[in-house]
Amino acid sequence: MNRSGKTADTMEGSGLTISASSIKVNEATLDEDTLVFSITSQKLSNGMGVCVCRTYEDFEWLQQSLFAPDEPDLHGVIFPPLPAKLIMSPQSQINNKTLKQLGFLALGDCCRTYCEALELYLQQVALHPILSKNKALETLLTNTESPGKQRAKKGIFNRLSQVMEEKRKESHKDVDDFFQNERDNNSNMTALTKVTTERFLDVVLAEQRLSVASKHLSSSIQLWVNQEDSANAAFSKICLKTSKVFETIKRNFEKTAENNISTLGLGLDLQSRYQEAEKEMLFRRTCKLVELEAANKNTERAKANKKGIMEEVRNVLEKQFDGMSSMARQEVGRFHQSRVALLRTALVSWCEQQLNTATEIAALYSEHLEACQKLPEE
Amino acid sequence: MERKPPPFPDSEEQEAHSEKAEEESGDDDDDDDDDGGEDIFTGNGARTAPLVLNAQDLFSEEGSYPGVQEPSVDNQHASNGLRSDDDEQDLFAEARVELSLDRSSTKGIREVTRSSPSAPDISYKSSTSKMSFEKPEEEESNDKFELNIAVTHPEKVGDGMNAYMVYKVSTQTTLPMFKSRAFSVRRRFSDFLGLFEKLSEKHAQNGYIVPLPPEKSVVGMTKVKVGKEDTSSTEFVEKRRAALERYLHRVVSHQNLLQDPDVREFLEKDELPRAVSTQTLSGAGFLKMINKASDAVNKMTIKMNESDNWFEEKLQEVENEEQQLRKLHAVVDALVNHRKDLCGNTAVFAKSMAMLGNSEDNTALSRALSQLAEVEDKMEQLHQEQASNDFFIFAELLADYVRLLGGVRNCFDQRIKTWQRWQDAQSTLQKKREVEAKLLWANKPDKLQQAKDEITEWEAKVTQYERDFERICATVRKEVLRFEKEKSNDFKVHIIKYLESLLVSQQRLIKYWEAFLPEAKAIS
Repeated sequence: MNRSGKTADTMEGSGLTISASSIKVNEATLDEDTLVFSITSQKLSNGMGVCVCRTYEDFEWLQQSLFAPDEPDLHGVIFPPLPAKLIMSPQSQINNKTLKQLGFLALGDCCRTYCEALELYLQQVALHPILSKNKALETLLTNTESPGKQRAKKGIFNRLSQVMEEKRKESHKDVDDFFQNERDNNSNMTALTKVTTERFLDVVLAEQRLSVASKHLSSSIQLWVNQEDSANAAFSKICLKTSKVFETIKRNFEKTAENNISTLGLGLDLQSRYQEAEKEMLFRRTCKLVELEAANKNTERAKANKKGIMEEVRNVLEKQFDGMSSMARQEVGRFHQSRVALLRTALVSWCEQQLNTATEIAALYSEHLEACQKLPEE
Repeated sequence: MERKPPPFPDSEEQEAHSEKAEEESGDDDDDDDDDGGEDIFTGNGARTAPLVLNAQDLFSEEGSYPGVQEPSVDNQHASNGLRSDDDEQDLFAEARVELSLDRSSTKGIREVTRSSPSAPDISYKSSTSKMSFEKPEEEESNDKFELNIAVTHPEKVGDGMNAYMVYKVSTQTTLPMFKSRAFSVRRRFSDFLGLFEKLSEKHAQNGYIVPLPPEKSVVGMTKVKVGKEDTSSTEFVEKRRAALERYLHRVVSHQNLLQDPDVREFLEKDELPRAVSTQTLSGAGFLKMINKASDAVNKMTIKMNESDNWFEEKLQEVENEEQQLRKLHAVVDALVNHRKDLCGNTAVFAKSMAMLGNSEDNTALSRALSQLAEVEDKMEQLHQEQASNDFFIFAELLADYVRLLGGVRNCFDQRIKTWQRWQDAQSTLQKKREVEAKLLWANKPDKLQQAKDEITEWEAKVTQYERDFERICATVRKEVLRFEKEKSNDFKVHIIKYLESLLVSQQRLIKYWEAFLPEAKAIS
């Protein structure tokens, strides 16, 4: 699941003719009310470029298509999370509801962050050993026709664990320590990551407000100096310098916020959503476990004539559960590896970018300081 | 308190060196304190700024706004750097005012309006010189006399609603007019207001710009009295302490005010009589008075015929500037609040990150996340300091100048009042002359003498008031120029200080990032 996709661009018999790392969601344009995303990628065989335009519904279609209810093993897969739909108001303003729903993905110029999230999503699907073989991905990336026209089968992605009556199953004790641990950890981490992400968002929003306020101050001063026809030239000079200083301060906050959004913000957001995806998978397995245990009980209680049927049902379920569990085990291992790698990338680029910005700003402050010190003494 | 200050060492030399011919005779020598027409120090010498704040970081941990310290009464001292009396050096680190003795020629403008310690009410010399405005010549600053003032150690005295804060006012000086070289007194806020009241009574009417003290604040003080030991009351006390210090700096930077015995008394005398009539004369009260006076002046039906537009234009400038500064102050205030928000958010985020790091299984990632939490914590501190800098360097600067500009406006109003008095005297004189003429015609010799006496009296007054007016015109011009220079320098000093603090912050930030990078890279 690493972004650079250095390994396993192509899977043995994957069926995906596209290089995962070449998938790019370039930009989003507003067509009346609908956001249209332009996706480019390259063919593995000859490096030829492909470009398609897709709407959010197409992505949804892909997500639904990946899940095949009749393949029980597939239930053990941790599905790459698709971001929620981005609703753009006519003035391209971000309203509070969108901010609440999408968090970091709602920020950034021209849906840039959101496009990156979609890009990551596609790359994760393309890198998945099993999911990449699904024809739907190929279709999405290469078909001229928009696939979303085919209404997809209703998936069962919809937050099973949120449904009230299912909720009590969540705490059902596991038969396997590995999974019990994993479930507990996941529960803990999901909550913590979510909170951390939200709080980081608050930090970024405060930085943005500071950027606006600094700009306001800078312009106010400059406006004043331009209007005044003051004989006090020295004072005017100082005010202009001050205005420039606040301009730099504004730039500092602006860039810092941008860096925060595009690296750590995005990274935390992805972590959060991925943890939710793992939670979903674990819950599916738990539900299956509950089913299996119920079947066991029924089998034991069954009267002689029904016993055979019950046993068969139970055996089917057992097979499903085992298949699911072994897939799940693999997926969990893979999940932890890649989420660490993902976070590492986010943290490293975050640090590097902030370091760059900090250095650039320090140089600007130095310049200002020199200029001010050179101002003649009255 | 009539003390004749020792003569300045080179007063004879100074007179000999004076380039401009003394337009007055020996009148000036009669006055004790009149040091042969010299100023004690060069206000605007070529190399000296009237107010030089020490380059040492004004907001080092010691003297700064206690952003990250636990608020408690004890730590009010800590917030001022726990300066013990042994530490007199540090005390004045931020309080240096450089004055230099001007041994060179007199300035073009004669300083006739000098306060005299021997006379409790100031009598101003009548000057026969023409009040032409000339630029002060370049002074050579030779001897530098030092005067450092610091306001520290706010202490609460008493309990409940009768409690009040007392501040330590410490002076370190080489000026001979003081009794000793280093001394300190305890003063409360109303003492400062009392000083202002006395100074403005004496000097404002002559066109001097008298610095205004900080405002009274019922809300702020009530919290302190009640003993609420939270950050807002520590903030309030620190804000007030700093403002009082700046106020004193401004007072002593003003040549004429420094020589006022009340100032000396304020700095030196152990016990001051309690200033009671300070109700109306807090900074805000005074401003209200100024505004009322302005309104009254505006309502005067006889408008002055200005021979040159300088005064009108300047007043307009001053009024515009005052408005602008108010606006800017509001914007800076908003900035300060946003920064405080950022502080709070960063702190909360750091905590979350720490918890996340703790729960993380992967060791390297866990360590990195915990490191990250620490970095964020440090950044929060940086933000905190920056917020206090925003506040103390900018917001308070702007607030000070809004008040000062009110004082400047007052000068202009005083000038108009003086003119009005002259005009009134002239019309009274005219009436007296008419009376005399009538009496002459009616031939009533006994009343005539009285009329003649009155005419003489009023002729003298007219002359006096005319001179007063000319004098105040010159003073106001000079004061405004002095003020403008001081303002430029003041702002320049502050923006430099601000930039220096920004740069320091930024460099620390860079270090934090540099330290974090290897931790992030070490994740596997």
